[in-house]
Amino acid sequence: MGILEVKNVGKRFGGLQALGDVNLSVAENSVHAIIGPNGAGKSTLLNCLVGKLIPDSGSVMFDGQSVLGRTPYEINQMGISRVFQTPEIFGDLTVMENMMIPCFARRDGAFKLNGIKSVESETEIRDRAEAMMEDMNLAEKRHMHAASMSRGDKRRLEIAMCLAQEPRLLLLDEPTAGMARADTNNTIDLLKEIKQKRDITIVIIEHDMHVVFSLAERITVLAQGTPLVEDVPEKIKGHPKVREAYLGETAAA
Amino acid sequence: MLGLNKKDATLLGVVAVLVIFAPFILNPFPADSAMAQFNAGYPDLMQRFVIFGIFAVGFNLLFGLTGYLSFGHAAFLGVGSYSAVWMFKLLSMNVIPAILLSMVIAGLFALLIGFISLRRTGIYFSILTLAFAEMSFRLAYSVLTPITNGETGLQLTLEDPRILGQTATENGGIPVTNLFGLEMRSTEVLNLGGWTFQFNNGYYMAGALLLVAFYISIRIFRSPFGMMLRAVKSNQQRMNYTGLNTKPYTLAAFVISGMYAGLAGGLMASMDPLAGAERMQWTASGEVVLMTILGGAGTLIGPVLGAGFIKYFENIFSKINEAVLHSWFHALPDGLENAIVWVLEHFVGSGWHLTLGLLFMLVVTFLPGGLVEGGQRLGRLFGRKKDAEEKTATQSTPAE
Repeated sequence: MGILEVKNVGKRFGGLQALGDVNLSVAENSVHAIIGPNGAGKSTLLNCLVGKLIPDSGSVMFDGQSVLGRTPYEINQMGISRVFQTPEIFGDLTVMENMMIPCFARRDGAFKLNGIKSVESETEIRDRAEAMMEDMNLAEKRHMHAASMSRGDKRRLEIAMCLAQEPRLLLLDEPTAGMARADTNNTIDLLKEIKQKRDITIVIIEHDMHVVFSLAERITVLAQGTPLVEDVPEKIKGHPKVREAYLGETAAA
Repeated sequence: MLGLNKKDATLLGVVAVLVIFAPFILNPFPADSAMAQFNAGYPDLMQRFVIFGIFAVGFNLLFGLTGYLSFGHAAFLGVGSYSAVWMFKLLSMNVIPAILLSMVIAGLFALLIGFISLRRTGIYFSILTLAFAEMSFRLAYSVLTPITNGETGLQLTLEDPRILGQTATENGGIPVTNLFGLEMRSTEVLNLGGWTFQFNNGYYMAGALLLVAFYISIRIFRSPFGMMLRAVKSNQQRMNYTGLNTKPYTLAAFVISGMYAGLAGGLMASMDPLAGAERMQWTASGEVVLMTILGGAGTLIGPVLGAGFIKYFENIFSKINEAVLHSWFHALPDGLENAIVWVLEHFVGSGWHLTLGLLFMLVVTFLPGGLVEGGQRLGRLFGRKKDAEEKTATQSTPAE
């Protein structure tokens, strides 16, 4: 039994069957990649996991509890964090403030009217945020406005913010999209390091095969809303069905 | 000091000094000089400065922090005024219960309107609040006449019960608003040389409340709650995916800012115990938006400056009339004098809104951060020489 169990999930947008009948089991503390051509339903599946979309059928269980019908913030409080394709950070706030917000969310829950204390006097939260910034090489940029950082740093900050909540499952939606090769490699190294240092399950959606094969322990190939195959990376590489549906297409492009 | 850092404590101190010495600061010209019309140190106007200051500080807690632009805040001001006058009619002429009730009622009203309006963001939120405020205004004018006294406005009468006070004074008049016997309208006058300084009880009570309101606003700005509100403004999506429910945060901000408006409304009624529906009209809602943006939305001191600025110029410009203009330009040849006066008279008196519009356009275009940004730029202008020297000293690597 995996930490994330997706059973018979289907989602239809009008006449389009975005997800047919998806079954997926993610083992705890593994790195699981979901790949597939454009329009295969990867993002739809991810949105069903985090509560942005509600599937028409099937079930999604996280750690034995259903996530269906819960709002994104409730699902996050269960221990699922999400990194977006374009980094979603608090652009108007400083890096330090960006880091403190998830720390507050972890300590105080979804809402707390904490209007008496000053942010400066919250030493415990500040220490946590500082430690996380040190860990992620963001400490020197602590007073910078998040919006003025480079794309790579924004990604790093977003991942750091997710990790500050100590999630059990980290979902990454094309974390290297639109990045230069060097930034992509940095992100791969960063994710490897994260995996080494802590007990965390990572589900990654990715276009870039280089990223997928350097990170994933298991790969699910999605095509036209249904899983084609699921296997270890070595087997996926040579799989005729995958070549036909996906790798062949990218090679031609 | 008071849980504030040095910079914020200084700011609070500056505002406190301005409030305490306003009767002197606003009265720089001798009473019988030609410049006396630019004096603003009389009770009625000073009361308006601080009351609208409170209103704008509260509005800024919502708009400046969360970015939700409410276009119906005058509704809470109006509700506050009505509540206070009812308290004067039914309970007593003491302003404390009146002000408390106006804050509570305005807060409850804000809870209701906020709960519905905050289901939407951006322009839809603004339109919803505007619609609610206009609805309140129309209701106050018509259906709710038993409570609001319709077009005439709610006033005190000699038949009011005032169970804890007196229905009428010994000589048969309506009693006046007071703070445990201290009459709000009473004014000490100090004549010093050619100058006349006026110290009004009502002004000082409102001023003290402005300081309290300003202090609470600083604390909210610097608190984790304030940081969350700024995060809401910056990225709601990330808030949701960080396990935070944005709705109670925005609703709390909305209610707090509604209570500030209620306090302002209650104070208005305490200074002059009557309440009319026009206080809820959209122009009144628009005015507080102008004050906040003109002063600098999202800054601490901005709304206070904006409120003072607009109320001062409203008063000064609307006092200038054609005769005054002629007296200024009488040295010029007749034709030229008439031409200049003909142009300028449209910008003064009842046409002063034209001037306000122009000022607002200039500020928004050239100083998007409002008067506060203007101040910062001036500060940098004087500090520039020093900065430039430092820069050349540290600059070692040329830019690519």
